[in-house]
Amino acid sequence: MKMQPTRAKPEHSRITHHRTVGFGYLAISLSAVAAGTVLSLAMRLHLAWPGWSLPLHGPILPEEYLALVTMHGTLMLFFVLTVAPQNGFGNLILPAQIGASRMAFPRLNLLSMAVTAVALFVLFSAFIVPGGAPISGWTAYPPLSTSSLAGPGQGWGMDAWLASIALFSIGSTLAAVNTLTTIVKLRCDGMTWERLPLTVWSWFTAALLSVIAFSVLLAALLLLFCDRHLGTAFFLPHTEWMNGVLRQHGGDGSPLLWLHLFWFFGHPEVYIAILPGMGLTSMVIANFARRRVFAYRLMIATTLLIGLLGIVVWGHHMFVAGLNPFAGSAFALSSMAIAIPATAEVLSWLAMVWRSRPQLTTAMVFALGFVSLFVAGGLTGPILAQPVLDEYLHNTFFVVGHFHLIMAMAGVFGLFCATYYWFPLMFGRALSERIGKVHFWGTIVFAYSTFLPMHFTGLAGEPRHYAQLTGIPGPTGTLLAATMPLQRHITVSALCLGLAQLPFLLNLLLSVLRPVRTTKNLWNATTMEWAPKTDKLPAAYRGPCHYSQDGNEFAPQWEEPSSTADGGA
Amino acid sequence: MPSTITPPDIDRPRRPDFIEGDNGSGRKPPTDKRTGGNGDNDGDGWSNRPQGKRGPRERLLRARTGLFFALFGDLMFFIALVSVFFVTKASGHFDAYNRYINEWLPTAIPSILWLNTAVLLLSSVSAEVARRAMFHEIDVMDEWFGFGRPTSKRAGIWLWVTLLLGAMFLAGQWVAWGQLSTHHAFLRANPSSHFFYIITISHAVHLFLGIAALIAALVTLKHSRVMATRQVLVDGTVWYWHAMGVLWIFLFALLEYGQ
Ligand code: HEM
Ligand SMILES: [Cu+2]
Repeated sequence: MKMQPTRAKPEHSRITHHRTVGFGYLAISLSAVAAGTVLSLAMRLHLAWPGWSLPLHGPILPEEYLALVTMHGTLMLFFVLTVAPQNGFGNLILPAQIGASRMAFPRLNLLSMAVTAVALFVLFSAFIVPGGAPISGWTAYPPLSTSSLAGPGQGWGMDAWLASIALFSIGSTLAAVNTLTTIVKLRCDGMTWERLPLTVWSWFTAALLSVIAFSVLLAALLLLFCDRHLGTAFFLPHTEWMNGVLRQHGGDGSPLLWLHLFWFFGHPEVYIAILPGMGLTSMVIANFARRRVFAYRLMIATTLLIGLLGIVVWGHHMFVAGLNPFAGSAFALSSMAIAIPATAEVLSWLAMVWRSRPQLTTAMVFALGFVSLFVAGGLTGPILAQPVLDEYLHNTFFVVGHFHLIMAMAGVFGLFCATYYWFPLMFGRALSERIGKVHFWGTIVFAYSTFLPMHFTGLAGEPRHYAQLTGIPGPTGTLLAATMPLQRHITVSALCLGLAQLPFLLNLLLSVLRPVRTTKNLWNATTMEWAPKTDKLPAAYRGPCHYSQDGNEFAPQWEEPSSTADGGA
Repeated sequence: MPSTITPPDIDRPRRPDFIEGDNGSGRKPPTDKRTGGNGDNDGDGWSNRPQGKRGPRERLLRARTGLFFALFGDLMFFIALVSVFFVTKASGHFDAYNRYINEWLPTAIPSILWLNTAVLLLSSVSAEVARRAMFHEIDVMDEWFGFGRPTSKRAGIWLWVTLLLGAMFLAGQWVAWGQLSTHHAFLRANPSSHFFYIITISHAVHLFLGIAALIAALVTLKHSRVMATRQVLVDGTVWYWHAMGVLWIFLFALLEYGQ
């Protein structure tokens, strides 16, 4: 036995530190959101003015339009709304919020971030491979996703998509395992399950959903790959025509099977995207209304229930796909059931602000904006969840309106809320409140102005995933022509929505050029991430959101109860 | 609960940072480490916890928790494959004469799979022996004090046995695929053969990962200076190995009797 002096290993090197990983995730999301936004604006311009030609490129061909749709959806849903709220802010804030100094598996954490980054590169590579980007949408329905006969992007481009999303699934599963273990095992002293902030509960629920859903997606991707390259027929019927070619497959596969697998993943996925925003909204509203969250345990239960119910509603995406009508009714029921816990959350948010004197910081107004968008987008959910109505509305812009309000815009508002709220913790400086308000008003006005009219064009019959809606003969053409003014309005609003982000960029820039340094508990918050640095071990002494009647005093989770006044449990 | 070394209740200065790399591997007197804990009770610090609720044991439990969640995801992966199996088996189509055709022809399962299954079960036994060796109390004590490496030596031998048996299983699977392909039962031949290959190959990939983990564990046994690291790695690898064994039994039963 050699006796050697040992060098005490540092707890974790810089590069596996959760802050590094968190910022890495945010960087992934930022590049994805920039690219995805450009793609969406190109789509909007093309829809409103089909003759418009993209600078340096020329007019947008139908297959190019479909490629834009596919890449926009994939970038936004996977690389922005799944990555930033859950893993970006999850890494930056979650450990501090439970009083831990690290994530459970720092190296695994770095690995999952690296895998996600590679997935993004592979996805981008789809633009430059022969044939270009895939055209079958973020849902990649077979049979069009099974053969390069289906279109130019369905060869190499589709393979890149498959590889990218497979990598993404693996990265997300690993990240979720890390998040779950961190929450289960690394909570500090006194941080009982009921005392966890709702943000932590929603990260927990979303991580559970990730572990369940992404594994199933991975299996589906594997089978699709076999169908494409190894001659199997999991998702392919016995005989089919594709672009003039008769294809025989040795089996009785069915595209419907892919739909089941995909949406078993896909619906939980949209909740993974929105749950962190819901948790944050609860905490931010409570903090600035200086009210405690009503029925805290019930809120925890609804978070879990939304996650749980989210697993059994996938069929509502398949009403018109040839589902057994009885199955359709079952899925309609479960989908409407999920509105109950969602409504409970909304009521709790409203109850907190009701007759309080909220302090309207930028973070708070973005949280309120989240509530508004969640309600506006949520109202159309139960409409779509009725098979009879969906028969008409499916594949119209009504659905696009629904999910852009409730998921895309609400999700982005959640991200902005997180940014304004936690900026001092992330960079040691604060963002300007004044510019933040300008940013907020511009964003919310143009968000509604862009996505609300989509419900009307959808009701009027505008289909989604169509490259061109003008120049069609007959009554269809007349019908669609009537939607054109509104469509142009949507496009202009979308451009303005993009411009409305300039104040945000300015705000970021100013925080670099003229930093307003702050490290203290700027918002008088009660959760652990704001605890001042001491060399005592962190410990939680009470649940979050304890404020005095007038709101001027508060008992943060980290403060030891004094003998005279105690915040209670 | 197997034994892991936890420092006794002597003087425990509170340290601001969690320092790993010094968890009682026999070079320094035991000191307390800040470890993550479940704050079930109000106001008790780790120092006041009963022994066994802190230190290496928590590291072990943390690793096991992570492994549990990862295996849960993996289980979902196979549940998805098995669901597709049953759906495909039950579907058919109508031909030109309006006859209902079901293309599913059961794939004959090579009998060597029985042998492979037995080998895999055996490998789980040897793996478990290795795992228990890592937690054999008296030897752990010795090793921790630095009197040789009795646990690591013994566990290493059994891990080698496991690795060999695992490799034999994979070789056996290879033989089975060969036998099937001489009968032209390739992946694309029939819906049932799709599944035979997809399921056995997916499982084999998992076993490859297991073998990689075994190798990592063997290397760690040799080179890591920290007892807890060695224990955690062996423990995690073996539990993973067991899980793949149990999974295989279900998958094999499905292929043998479920077609
Ligand atoms: C009250 C709760 C909700 C109900 C009942 C509901 C119902 C539905 C239904 C029935 C569809 C399918 C429409 C069709 O394709 O014909 C749909 C689509 C969609 N929903 Fe919801 N929804 C709800 C909440 C949400 C939430 C919270 C999100 C995301 C955060 C969301 C995101 C989406 C997305 C992304 C789609 C479109 C998927 C696609 O086809 O590409 N929904 N919703
Ligand atoms: Cu859904």
